[in-house]
Amino acid sequence: MKLSRKWLSEFVSARANDKDFAEAMTLSGSKVETTDDLGAEIRNVVVGRIAKMERHPDSDHMWVCRLDVGRDEPVQIVTGAWNIHEGDMVPVALHKSILPGGKKIEKGKLRGVLSNGMLCSLSELGLDERDFPYAVITAAALLNDYKPIDPEKRSIPEDIQPGHKIFGPVTAARVETVEAAEGGAWTCKLSYAEPDGPSGAIVKTSCQNVHEGDIVAFNTMSGAICTLADLHAEQREFPHCIPDGIFVLHEEGVKPGDDIRPVINADDHVVEFEITPNRPDCLSVIGLAREVSATFGTPLTLHEPVVKGGGPGNLTELLDVETPDPDLCPRYTARMVRNVKIGPSPKWMRERLRSMGVRPINNIVDITNYVMLEYGQPMHAFDYRYVKGGKIVVRRAQEGEELTTLDGNVRKLTANMLVIADETRAVGLAGIMGGENSEIVADTTDVVFESANFDGTCIRKAALALGMRTEASAKFEKGLDPLNTLPAVNRACELVELLGAGEVMDGVIDVLNHVPQPRTITMDPARVNALLGTDIDAADMYQYLERVEILTENHDFPNGPAQVSIPSWRGDVEGIADLAEEVARFHGYNNIPCTLQRGETTQGGYSPVQQAERRLGAVCRACGYSEIITYSFISPACYDKIGWAGDEPLRNSLKILNPLGEDTSIMRTTTLPSMLEILARNYSYRNKSARLYEIGRIYLPGGPDGLANEPRMLTLGAYGERYDFFTMKGAVEALLRELRMEDVTFTACQSDPSYHPGRCAGVYAGEKLLGVMGQIHPAVTANYGVDCELYCAELSFEALLEAQGPGAEYTPLPRFPAVSRDIAVVCREEITVGALEVCIRRAGGKLLRSVELFDVYRGKGVAEGSKSVAFSLTLRSDERSITAAEADEEIKDVLSALEKELGAVLR
Amino acid sequence: MKDQLAKIRAEALSAFESAKDADRLDELRVKYLGKKGELTGVLKMMGKLSPEERPVMGQLANDVRAALERALEDSSKRLEAAALALRLKAEAVDVTIPGEAVAVGRQHPMNIALDELKDIFIGMGFTVMDGPEVELAELNFDRLNAGEGHPSRDWSDTFYFDTDSRVMLRSQTSPMQVRAMDTMPLPIRIVAPGRVYRKDEVDATHSPMFHQVEGMVIDKDVTMADLKGTLNAVAEKLFGQGTVTRFRPHHFPFTEPSCEMDIQCHKCGGAGCPTCKGEGWIELLGAGMVHPRVLEMSGIDPEVYSGWAFGMGLERTALRRFKIDDLRLIFENDVRFLEQF
Repeated sequence: MKLSRKWLSEFVSARANDKDFAEAMTLSGSKVETTDDLGAEIRNVVVGRIAKMERHPDSDHMWVCRLDVGRDEPVQIVTGAWNIHEGDMVPVALHKSILPGGKKIEKGKLRGVLSNGMLCSLSELGLDERDFPYAVITAAALLNDYKPIDPEKRSIPEDIQPGHKIFGPVTAARVETVEAAEGGAWTCKLSYAEPDGPSGAIVKTSCQNVHEGDIVAFNTMSGAICTLADLHAEQREFPHCIPDGIFVLHEEGVKPGDDIRPVINADDHVVEFEITPNRPDCLSVIGLAREVSATFGTPLTLHEPVVKGGGPGNLTELLDVETPDPDLCPRYTARMVRNVKIGPSPKWMRERLRSMGVRPINNIVDITNYVMLEYGQPMHAFDYRYVKGGKIVVRRAQEGEELTTLDGNVRKLTANMLVIADETRAVGLAGIMGGENSEIVADTTDVVFESANFDGTCIRKAALALGMRTEASAKFEKGLDPLNTLPAVNRACELVELLGAGEVMDGVIDVLNHVPQPRTITMDPARVNALLGTDIDAADMYQYLERVEILTENHDFPNGPAQVSIPSWRGDVEGIADLAEEVARFHGYNNIPCTLQRGETTQGGYSPVQQAERRLGAVCRACGYSEIITYSFISPACYDKIGWAGDEPLRNSLKILNPLGEDTSIMRTTTLPSMLEILARNYSYRNKSARLYEIGRIYLPGGPDGLANEPRMLTLGAYGERYDFFTMKGAVEALLRELRMEDVTFTACQSDPSYHPGRCAGVYAGEKLLGVMGQIHPAVTANYGVDCELYCAELSFEALLEAQGPGAEYTPLPRFPAVSRDIAVVCREEITVGALEVCIRRAGGKLLRSVELFDVYRGKGVAEGSKSVAFSLTLRSDERSITAAEADEEIKDVLSALEKELGAVLR
Repeated sequence: MKDQLAKIRAEALSAFESAKDADRLDELRVKYLGKKGELTGVLKMMGKLSPEERPVMGQLANDVRAALERALEDSSKRLEAAALALRLKAEAVDVTIPGEAVAVGRQHPMNIALDELKDIFIGMGFTVMDGPEVELAELNFDRLNAGEGHPSRDWSDTFYFDTDSRVMLRSQTSPMQVRAMDTMPLPIRIVAPGRVYRKDEVDATHSPMFHQVEGMVIDKDVTMADLKGTLNAVAEKLFGQGTVTRFRPHHFPFTEPSCEMDIQCHKCGGAGCPTCKGEGWIELLGAGMVHPRVLEMSGIDPEVYSGWAFGMGLERTALRRFKIDDLRLIFENDVRFLEQF
């Protein structure tokens, strides 16, 4: 919400600079986003009157102007603009002036002629045509400015003379004199020697760039001076005949030497507030004025609109209002204005609208906007002649009913939307936007002002369904004060009379379906202090409340509980907590003391799951893996990308009905695509290697209450030089070791379509599957645009926790020396190292303490289809030193078991 | 004989002194003290002496032997020390050569910031609580006093899984307040961090998924002064002793009074600079006294109990903590980014 401080000052004074103002308002609850001193960047720019202008002696396009800037001596300024004339009032940036953007202007010489400053365009003053619609420039095609695109192919001869025919009825003519005419137009006397016709003409033109001595293209048939468009010419053919130039002022009462800032309303300060949704009353100048008054403790001066009335006719005969859905329209207030004269609104009104970000249109529309800004009450104006039967019906739309709204779009409506209709058809979408069929136009003579109160939820849903949230609907949806409609419509009528825009009829149509009752609630100072932890005097509290017009019956400040009445615009104040906030706001949040927790102490901490999460994260990092965080939602295409079969049950995912896009439309049931995407991204960034982990959730349908089951997954992913299956397996083993897991096995897994069938293992603790790990299937890798090996592990966090081993317990250190024996056995290729190891352990007996693989060899000396596997075995007793013979005996048992069970023989 | 001994002594001492290495020293030891050495040779002649002379000479010979052995020992130590010095010199390394790389992974910056916060709150007796991300609109909105018609319930703002707008992705961690009140005994002190989701397109400051931390205290006689005191203590732990904070009124449906907490800009000290967008203050979190209606809906009597709650965005805290200028980096997970923390 933007607020003009000039406008504000009409209701309340706040003597503070922008910074202090913003701070005070922010601390009392109206958060200031920005402050803008509209004239902060403009210095030493004044109004000047062009006393004399002559063509530059040494330039074909510049003018030398002498300007009256209210000093004894005129100021000489050279300009390249062509839209100015003697007598024009223009903005003059004098020597040593500053323009918006910090642009500094100093005197200088242009082609040898002294220029003591610069004449300014709209944009140089930080304005545009919306600020001053009358400043739009139309350029005639001046033949003396013609520059052929191709010098060989001129459309207009170089020696063009008055009377030369250009095409059809268009003839070259010399401008003899130029005089200002009504409405910003010009009267030109042209001369041309046409063989069989008049040799001159007097024409009116709106082109501002025509001056004495120019050669123009004159259409003898239409009597108009041609523009570039008329000649179908390109801009580069007439480089100086542009729709841009100096801002020629048409403001009443300005005189040479005036500071330009008030003229263009650059002396205002605009403050932008963030208004929270509970305070729709603050979406208005008056609402904010109340807050300013309460904050600064200065009086609020509100104005009671006074309408003279007396317009012809009887309102009740002309207009009837029906509200068949009273619950959706608590109040409908309307007045009528006759004999309206549509025209621009005055400068002060346009300026105020502009400073608050609203574009001026015409007096009647501007009045509705002005009242909306001032009172926060959205208003609408209809053209009465299109209200058939003189009847306004506020009803639900018929299903499928169509209405063309003011923005030109055809809207298809439903029965949940409220329309303003006449006897036969809808003429407006209640609380959102008017209909095109009843729009105020140039020849509108009778106007109905609507100032109504609609049901917020109904308006919000309609605006949302139609995708047209407007200024009005944004206000209605928060719930407005029904008591505001009458003052607002009266204010509109008062402004009509003030502007002389029409004759207001006596009487008001006011349908009150819901009569708001004054609300009182109990204020209890002791409870407020208990809630805030303060020790504020009761009387002080009542005084704070009085500032926001929350009053006791006798307007006094009692020393205990009392009933207080709540103003109609403060629907948000409902109970003691709300009153506490009002007290706190004006006492100052920062004056509330700071205390530490008291009461019963609680034992804080992490749950076992959170502790495990932290421990496992630490192990991952110790193994060189860095943590990532990925989105919980993925694209359904991800399941194809990771090679899942069409009937894979895990494809059943929770689907977001209104996703941002397909890519983030379902909740992942696997973390693999997220990890692969990040690996692929790093790969595409040419990062040589990556080792990553994520502890994140997957989302499986079928949880309690229609929610999801959200188990956590620990996912590892990596690629890079010297990274292989066993690097990943090492990390997984480290994690399992951290959890002191027992009976861990890795089983070859060929069935997971995302993984390389020969390099994938299921990870088990006993019978329990903990997860899967291995190299990503090359086809999947290719799907991600990666051409190196990717490795991943997906471990179920819950399964890991369940399979956690018992806590650490000390085993005495060995007191007797160990004997170690290396054995190498040859076996068939398909016998796994795991199987050999299991066999060795089983056969090894009590003395065998450890079995460590140290070599797998294939090649010379080992038959094709076989391999040699070497283990180092450690034997030890806790009771005594064992002998070499005992050890050899043990090894013999191991070897015979290997041979018998697996056909593995000593090499 | 006396002269002979004196001569051996003088010669040997000088020879030991000038020995250049351990081998040479050993040769000298054999030469003078060995079984066939010079001293032994002299002693063999003892038999020829008179009984009166014998003890005197014997004593003298022993003195010489002792002196030689001592000298030998000294020289040996000297040589060892020299040899060690030589070896140490030869073994010197270029200490500027980089160490053998040990790859240690890094924690994600967001979780570093989160862990700091969690530790602070645990130290104050708070329990860390987890809850579902796929949540009931009832808990995310209704039970938090944001009834039908609250704009954040719109499909343009919140992700839904059914046309009845019943199941959604939680848009805030605040439903954890309700879950805590529904399941935990009083008094309650919880923090609940986690992922939340809003329908925002990805840009430098927005993401459809981000993280929040919720906190809540419910007990008898809990006041807004407690809220301020606790959150100030947190700010001091996060941003250092003497961190200046301010509280200003705000609005949340589930707290009343509500506030936002700002910290004074560390860059400009409150004067206004680009970091704080000229305001001198940086918004840290939203908080307030738990709305009486929220307590009532959870079956807690607001006449007996009161509470305060806060919620803060984690990404913003992490971004500020590590001076990261673009939120997208958080979810991009480029290793060159991750390795910086």
